[in-house]
Amino acid sequence: MADIPWWARESLWRKMAIWITAIMAVILIFLSFHSVALITAGSARVPAYSVINQRIDYRFDRERNRQQPVIGDPAPLFGRVLSEADAEQLVRRGKLTFQARNCINCHTILGNGAYYAPDLTKAWLDPGWGTEEARERLMKEFLMDPYTNARTFGTGRRMPDLDLTEDEAEALIAFLKWTAAIDTNGFPAAFPTIKQGGGT
Amino acid sequence: MSTPGVEDWSNLNAGQRIAMKYFIVAMVLFVAQILFGLLAGMQYIYPNFLYGVLDFNVNRMVHINAMIVWMLYGFIGSVYWLVEDEAETELVGAKLANINFWVLTVAVGIVVLVYLLVQAGPGEIESVWFINEGREYIEAPRWADVGIVVCTLVFFYNVAATFMKGRWSGISGVLVLDLVALAGLYLAGMFFTTNVSVDQYWWWWVIHLWVEATWEVLVGCIMAWGLIKTLGASRRIVTTWLYIEVALMFGSGILGLGHHYFWIGTPEYWLSIGGFFSALEPIPLVAMVVHAVYDSGRHGFQSRNHPALAWLIAHAFGNFFGAGVWGFMHTLPQINLYTHGTQWTASHGHLAFFGAYATIIIAMIYIALQKWRGDVWMSGDLADNGWKWKWSLGLLHLGMVGMTMALLIAGYEQSFIERALEGSSWSGYFEAQRHPWFVQSMVWREVFGLTMAAGLVLLLWDFVTIGKRESREIKQLVADQSHAA
Repeated sequence: MADIPWWARESLWRKMAIWITAIMAVILIFLSFHSVALITAGSARVPAYSVINQRIDYRFDRERNRQQPVIGDPAPLFGRVLSEADAEQLVRRGKLTFQARNCINCHTILGNGAYYAPDLTKAWLDPGWGTEEARERLMKEFLMDPYTNARTFGTGRRMPDLDLTEDEAEALIAFLKWTAAIDTNGFPAAFPTIKQGGGT
Repeated sequence: MSTPGVEDWSNLNAGQRIAMKYFIVAMVLFVAQILFGLLAGMQYIYPNFLYGVLDFNVNRMVHINAMIVWMLYGFIGSVYWLVEDEAETELVGAKLANINFWVLTVAVGIVVLVYLLVQAGPGEIESVWFINEGREYIEAPRWADVGIVVCTLVFFYNVAATFMKGRWSGISGVLVLDLVALAGLYLAGMFFTTNVSVDQYWWWWVIHLWVEATWEVLVGCIMAWGLIKTLGASRRIVTTWLYIEVALMFGSGILGLGHHYFWIGTPEYWLSIGGFFSALEPIPLVAMVVHAVYDSGRHGFQSRNHPALAWLIAHAFGNFFGAGVWGFMHTLPQINLYTHGTQWTASHGHLAFFGAYATIIIAMIYIALQKWRGDVWMSGDLADNGWKWKWSLGLLHLGMVGMTMALLIAGYEQSFIERALEGSSWSGYFEAQRHPWFVQSMVWREVFGLTMAAGLVLLLWDFVTIGKRESREIKQLVADQSHAA
């Protein structure tokens, strides 16, 4: 053992392994508490569920040098103004539908998932829905009958009919509207949003 | 000892007999992984293929779940394989371990059947409990999650109790602590929340801290044991290397988790923390390459098991390129903003899982087969020049590298056209999907996927036959190596 230099000794590296792991784990746990507190619904980064009662946009912010969500005038989803509790119920139902129909294995959301279909992070704001007035109706029709209303953009790829009920489709749209209001540090970049509020 | 070249369960200790069962199921699931991967890949080329019957989301879910589960089976099998040898005593609770294997395997079978036959459920919490949790990689419904935790506890009891009864070593110490972390982390993925940011926050705790931290350390332990077994490497040297790898792996990988927290709603400080620490993540993987190549060279590549050593070295390089280089390429937030959620990630995922994990499990299976067939000769001069293991290694790697490159080209094209030019709108997405570079990449991916399938068929054929008509034993080489060490 005596001929082994100190920096190559097993005992040194055992201690290093233990201490480095412990320190990193403690830092991660501390940061996790901190981060989760900053992303609870109702925080500056992740809005309350009742944000679905308002117009949501995603605009370039000169100071942060990237796009960020902008919460605007009242714009109730499906014409119904919901309390915070009711909004949460609706978004919860939408999230459960999203999971139970296995959306994540074709789409991404917040960039995570599969790559067979478009990212859903800002689906609510996609210019493909045409106008603000038609959007809710078109989204619902599409989700409830994706076969007839398929838009494959020349790829031939269609969403399968997942037998969504009207309630599930509305809940899913509420979930997507709420998701569009999350501050994602500018992801996706340079996103062209649908025209809203008379062309702003 | 029985006749060399003939399978005999009495050649194996209790833990090793259980290990063989895990390895067999692992290979069945490997076949399923490739099969459903080919189906999903085919749907990129012919979108109407199996439309409405086995849609892309079902095929892709089975593809990635089969992978996760076969790798876990491979790891559990590897640990059962080495536990008695490393602890120098008999397995504690062998009967329980056997029951545990069957319970887990039946549960996996039920989950797969529900995936294929039921596929989806209503937007209620019951769907999450009984059909499909709908969260990537950990889609198993909640009842199965609970079952997995119970089975993992039984496995942990077997392993920890055996080491406690027998001998502790550096390898077993790291292994047992790592298993605690690996099992504990799974709990972070076992709850429903409406908040998608919080959901993904803890989901990444499971996914990242498994594949980029605890799984890496687990294969580090298997590698250390494997080098002792195949090369007769010095225990002191491999143990020191293992500690260095743990320090570097957890030192970079734990906070490297931050590279998944750039865009999910989490605060901006993760851009710096995640970028910095994940950029360090390739360092331990370089260390592993140095370690494996140095030890092999030092022993003049005189291995007791050529196919196993070849796959161990393939692991060292595959881990470095797949996880290290391909991960580093898109890990800094400045590029990740445009690559996140494109085929670039798929390129990295394919090479990393194969390079880091499939390879080392295959190495362990070769080690297992050697003993099962009576410690037969599996060094140089194999029957038929060992063409099957060489060609299967070659075809599997050719297929994987080909797929990785095809997906990378698709990812480049998507990043530039869909992301940078078109701003990720749906029309931008589809514009990138119809681009000839993308379309051609998907065809090449399928061609190389079929190459992998051919490699897998050959690998399984080799598993069934290697060393079968071999009358030479490996004893003499082992004795020489022990003498040299």
